[in-house]
Amino acid sequence: MTSQPFRLPDGGAIDRARPVSFSFNGELLTGFSGDTLASALLANGVHLVGRSFKYHRPRGILSAGTEEPNALVQLESGNRSVPNLKATRIELYEGLTATSVNCWPGVRFDAGAVIDVAHRLVPAGFYYKTFMWPHGGWHFYERAIRRMAGMGRAPTGQDPDRYERMNAHCDVLVVGAGPAGMAAAQAAGRDGARVILADERSQPGGSLLNMAANEAGTEPGWSSGVTAELESMKNVRVLSRTTVTGYFDHNFLIALEQVTDHLGPDAPAHLPRQRLWRIRAGRVVLATGALERPLVFANNDRPGVMLAGAARAYVNRFAVLPGRRAVVVTNNDSAYEAALELHAHGVAVAAIVDHRGRPDGTAVRGAEEAGLEVVPGHAVVDTNGRGRVRTAAVARIDGDGTIAGPTRTLACDLILMSGGWSPAAHLFSQSGGRLRYDAALGGFLPDHPRQSVRCAGAINGAADTTACMREGRSAGLDESAVPEAASASPTPPAQRQVFARHRAGEARAFVDFQNDVTAADITLAAREGYESVEHLKRYTTLGMGTDQGKTGNVPGLAILAGTLGAPVPAVGTTTFRPPYEPVTFGAIAGRDVGALADPVRRTPMHAWHEEAGAVFEDVGQWKRPFYYPQPGEDKRAAVARESLAVRNAVGIMDVTTLGKILVCGPDSVEFLNRVYTNAWDSLAVGRCRYGLMLGEDGMVLDDGVTAHLSPNRFLMTTTTGNAARVLAWLEDWLQTEWPDLNVYLTSLTEQFATMALAGPGARQVLAGLVDDIDVAPAAFPFMAWRTGRVAGLPARVFRISYSGEVAYEISVPARHGLDLWTAVLQQRSGYEVTPFGTEAMHVLRAEKGYPMIGQETDGTVTPLDLGMQWILSSKKDFLGRRSLRRSAMLDPSRKRLVGLKTEDPEAVVPEGAQILPMRPSGPPETMIGHVTSSYWSATLRRSIALALVMGGRERESHTVHIPLDHGTLRAEICDPRFYDPEGIRLHG
Amino acid sequence: MTRYSIFSLARNALGYHRSWPRAWRSPEPAPTYDVVIVGGGGHGLATAYYLAKEHDIGRIAVLEKSWLGGGNTGRNTTIIRSNYLWDESAHLYEKALQLYEGLSRELNFNIMLSQRGVLNLAHNEHDLKEMSRRVRAIRLNGIDSEILDPAGVKTEVPIINIAGDVRYPILGASLQRRGGVARHDAVAWGFARAADARGVDIIQNCEVTGIEIANGRIRGLQTSRGTIATKKVGLVAAGHSSVLAAMAGLRLPIESHPLQAMVSEPIKPVLNSVVMSNTVHVYVSQSDKGELVIGAGIDGFNSYAQRGSFQVVESQMGALLELFPIFSRLRMLRQWGGIVDVCPDASPIVGKTPVDGLYINCGWGTGGFKATPGSGWAFAHTIARNEPHELNAPFTLERFSSGALIDEHGAAAVAH
Amino acid sequence: MLLIPCPWCGHRDESEFTCGGEAHIQRPPDPAALDDAEWADYVFMRTNPKGRHRERWCHSHGCGRWFNVERHTVTHDIVAVYRMGETPPDDGDVDGS
Repeated sequence: MTSQPFRLPDGGAIDRARPVSFSFNGELLTGFSGDTLASALLANGVHLVGRSFKYHRPRGILSAGTEEPNALVQLESGNRSVPNLKATRIELYEGLTATSVNCWPGVRFDAGAVIDVAHRLVPAGFYYKTFMWPHGGWHFYERAIRRMAGMGRAPTGQDPDRYERMNAHCDVLVVGAGPAGMAAAQAAGRDGARVILADERSQPGGSLLNMAANEAGTEPGWSSGVTAELESMKNVRVLSRTTVTGYFDHNFLIALEQVTDHLGPDAPAHLPRQRLWRIRAGRVVLATGALERPLVFANNDRPGVMLAGAARAYVNRFAVLPGRRAVVVTNNDSAYEAALELHAHGVAVAAIVDHRGRPDGTAVRGAEEAGLEVVPGHAVVDTNGRGRVRTAAVARIDGDGTIAGPTRTLACDLILMSGGWSPAAHLFSQSGGRLRYDAALGGFLPDHPRQSVRCAGAINGAADTTACMREGRSAGLDESAVPEAASASPTPPAQRQVFARHRAGEARAFVDFQNDVTAADITLAAREGYESVEHLKRYTTLGMGTDQGKTGNVPGLAILAGTLGAPVPAVGTTTFRPPYEPVTFGAIAGRDVGALADPVRRTPMHAWHEEAGAVFEDVGQWKRPFYYPQPGEDKRAAVARESLAVRNAVGIMDVTTLGKILVCGPDSVEFLNRVYTNAWDSLAVGRCRYGLMLGEDGMVLDDGVTAHLSPNRFLMTTTTGNAARVLAWLEDWLQTEWPDLNVYLTSLTEQFATMALAGPGARQVLAGLVDDIDVAPAAFPFMAWRTGRVAGLPARVFRISYSGEVAYEISVPARHGLDLWTAVLQQRSGYEVTPFGTEAMHVLRAEKGYPMIGQETDGTVTPLDLGMQWILSSKKDFLGRRSLRRSAMLDPSRKRLVGLKTEDPEAVVPEGAQILPMRPSGPPETMIGHVTSSYWSATLRRSIALALVMGGRERESHTVHIPLDHGTLRAEICDPRFYDPEGIRLHG
Repeated sequence: MTRYSIFSLARNALGYHRSWPRAWRSPEPAPTYDVVIVGGGGHGLATAYYLAKEHDIGRIAVLEKSWLGGGNTGRNTTIIRSNYLWDESAHLYEKALQLYEGLSRELNFNIMLSQRGVLNLAHNEHDLKEMSRRVRAIRLNGIDSEILDPAGVKTEVPIINIAGDVRYPILGASLQRRGGVARHDAVAWGFARAADARGVDIIQNCEVTGIEIANGRIRGLQTSRGTIATKKVGLVAAGHSSVLAAMAGLRLPIESHPLQAMVSEPIKPVLNSVVMSNTVHVYVSQSDKGELVIGAGIDGFNSYAQRGSFQVVESQMGALLELFPIFSRLRMLRQWGGIVDVCPDASPIVGKTPVDGLYINCGWGTGGFKATPGSGWAFAHTIARNEPHELNAPFTLERFSSGALIDEHGAAAVAH
Repeated sequence: MLLIPCPWCGHRDESEFTCGGEAHIQRPPDPAALDDAEWADYVFMRTNPKGRHRERWCHSHGCGRWFNVERHTVTHDIVAVYRMGETPPDDGDVDGS
């Protein structure tokens, strides 16, 4: 076989100086730069490209664009592989490797085609009617069905490519760079508007690219002239290889730019593979053209059956002959031009079969003058050929499409069909615009827009280039004077929407090629009551393939309407959902992957923690040291060592991550009174107080210590995980409910580094680091704060404790955090200061019976449940107070906080374990509570646990049962304060 | 009702499938019914089916303003599981799962229940603790659930990334092996066909425009197809619950929000289980057709538009690709939204209302599909007996006054 | 993605904002005087109209200010924007249901 035997000797927008070699199903072939994979395959005479989804029927190339349902390939292999790409949309590059999807062992012989033999057993929806035996048998059938289903394969590893998202704003977004879109962009650009012109192809031109140069209906060079002008305008951005694919609210659209896909592995490393444009447009001009419809006849799916318009594209743009002997079948004029062009390039046109009884007009006369045979009132009613069409059966049809005469068989290797053109109104529909069925056009036209959008060109049904350009200019300038209807060109000659009825069941006429939905499937669905177009779609899978029914939906709707005896508009159309064309997941994620998936927050001391070998815990976005294992230590050993250090000497912990909110203003006290459950009137400057916040539902929201800094200034702390939430909550109340309060909130979380120094030696350590703060207990009591210099650094020191030991939290400006941390560790008070992590802190506070937000609370726990009645002021209202009086809150059987001691002191109950009042007897068990916190207490040399148990302390000294995976633990309910319940050490 | 089976399929194949009867009739509304169910989604159709089957109610109608199964029934990600934390929820969802397990044969309609297992991932210490609590409670309620370590997760889902150096590493997962997916449309169609066979009138394209109440009792409904007299009305119209309740003068603790989902192009099987992660908002499974079915988070604003904002989809994608790096080059084929009832405690309301003869079933949030048969079963009982079954007794409207909420949000964010 | 006109910053993408739900739900001045049902109505019950909805938005990733938006819950069209404390534009049927 000579190379590219179907390539014309000249013409086309390909670069013959740059041959490109590629591989298809293992065969090495050659095309030219400028080819698509589809055009290059056709140039080499390859028509059998894929297999269909259900019946594994041989399929070829139907179209030349994004509507392609058949020619799906797996591009490349390994971690660069992409499944299900349309061969019509892949630009050829050197070394490209593609294989057919969904066939085994190969596309020529596919074992799956056995289904095709048994097709009568598997009509639309057959799976709803069977596979129910035996009980649970579906799992067996499902495995087999899943293996058969699917199309291409996922890549095998991490994507080596990069993606990005780009925000863009413009006055006018023009979608589609055909004659209408180019005219719109030119007019808007000259008018000074900021314009984006996006088109899925590699260059502007649209349908002009597919036309013979002398037929384009434009002056020679118009397209390149406008392109050059647009490129020169600073206010115009032209995006090629960019498919506008989603149209959302408020004129927000997304477009996928294929930046380097056409370069293959040679793509420069600095470029992303694809870029997702997020475009906010003042107004949108949709010049998206129209898509040709196939005709529905028996065996209309064989390779070599092609849309007439696609054949023109292959001949004119790619200089490829899709066949040598063609039968053209049409219900409108547009296919005549294809016939003439192919004829002019030496293709034998066996006949032009026209559904219309008396086709007339220039196109028809032109064909007859050229000596082509026009067969009016006829249809192609069947085809033959394995792997490639060989004959077409043609017969006369009467008014409703019934075959009314003998069939005549025409030899051919190509059938070109045209069922008319459907406006590409997908984006218009996505935008919320209403569509209107046009009987003459046989398709849905944009009717009533919901957003700021205009349509121009073939999407409006405009038939010729001049009309498209005129509409484009008008839409580009948003000339309101020209009503859409008036600007639309005269409706094209009426079509005859028929589908040739065959003797039932004998052969299948395909409507959705990819999903193998036949005309009979549609009538079956209607017969069974799936009459709504949405039911039809879901029952038959019509339009659910990767082509989203771009070719098949309208013919399918017409068949449904015919079956129901209703007009098409009454049957309706399905909503077009985004995207217009599939969008790569990677491009949707953009750069928000890997380390950038979510920001990481680190404290100023983070590097030290890392150096010290800390194991980190994710708390919200923060990384917090969980514990610091020494060589040979496991978690339990490290946590025991750290907590003993705090009990017996001094420990230091990085608590920078706690939220810090500065509360300023003359009404600060009133504000605190409203948001906290306790009273704040009497808190003196220099003192701190613990506070508890509730939601309006009475549930504990957050807690923390607030310090009175100076008159009208307070510093509030929150938990790490809730810092942002609490600030937002407080701002909400201030701004929306209490604007009368003169209070300002400022987050200072990241402005200060904070460390907690805790343990019996804490005072002595601190004393060694300060010279201007009197740390004597009388001078610096519990719940007081002081300013001064710590290790020479300006600091605020709070005497507060979450461990039950004497403790100080030292805050310094964030930039001094690491200096202070190392200074404390290197001080020479005689105490060694041991860094401790969050887990040791959890143990220490649990030994004291302090509840922890998020551990003892889960959004369903009230202060009463925690035994914290003492913090509820009875003298004032506060957020959530009223909710505490509801009947369910006062139920004595509510779960309340208790301590738990296992009978076996060595046994540490798993957190989350459920508590039973009696020995387990088999599910369902009666559960009376659950373990919220549980640790090995090195201090007490036994396990301890906190739990929420129905009835709470009423059950004190009762034995409860805790079932584990193996066996059951017995435990006694006790006071949750395990250690120093009188708080002597704290105040020491 | 023509029985569906491989035999009837083969028999009909001989006649080119021209003899299949309608799956359900298309009746005109009668002037009077004993019970009218408003909402022809899965829950409403299931309610009608169980009313007819279990409670011997005479004349039942289901009114659907559009096409049946067109609301959230046909828009969800089809996940079924019963691994709920609180006893009340666990019992209700488990009832639903048990009904699902026999549903294809009960309805003689293959709903394709695929019990392939549902994994809920844990990404931090807090998740692990919550998972421990949940799994233990579920098991003591007699429901299957197990805990997997990262290696166990990898065994179940070989394509998942369990590397420790990702932003939110997988520290473990819970697995309910009886959980899985089903074909959502088939659930609606199966219930519709079976209810129709028991005489239920399923009336599509019939919108309720008013509720007639006299002396605190239901008298009837005004619809786009005329007035219908009835003494009992069940409102089961997720997304539009507030609108219907307002017709009866009721206020609900519900807001309607968009919930978005998407599918990829179909690919050969790579993912057998259902994988869910609350922490990074990813829900993914692979349909029998080969599409990856992916759920997103809820949009923040109220809407009745069945569409959300694209940034919600964008924001979950990075997390999805962290978990499944091989998905990066796959492509989103279709994206859509439903309208979900967002309830303050993320639990449904199934029960009586202050209006005699008016019952409401709403507030299922993002999780209604999995409850479909159980919800219908319990709601039918409530309507027929005029008192809730013990399964739905806790899910009253009054709980918002008493405070006896059933908060299934999972635990609040970790705080310390 | 909505385009929201912040009264302080101008038009910004929705992703900069947080929606706070129904507007004009006033906290009862004396909660203790309410019965459980009245209190529940304030805390939990929502109008949730299909149609025009007055709701609160916060420009949380911008100026941090709360303001009111009147938006249609089917078309998502923003009908009006007004600051906290300002009276909503008086144009009749807000519920639209």
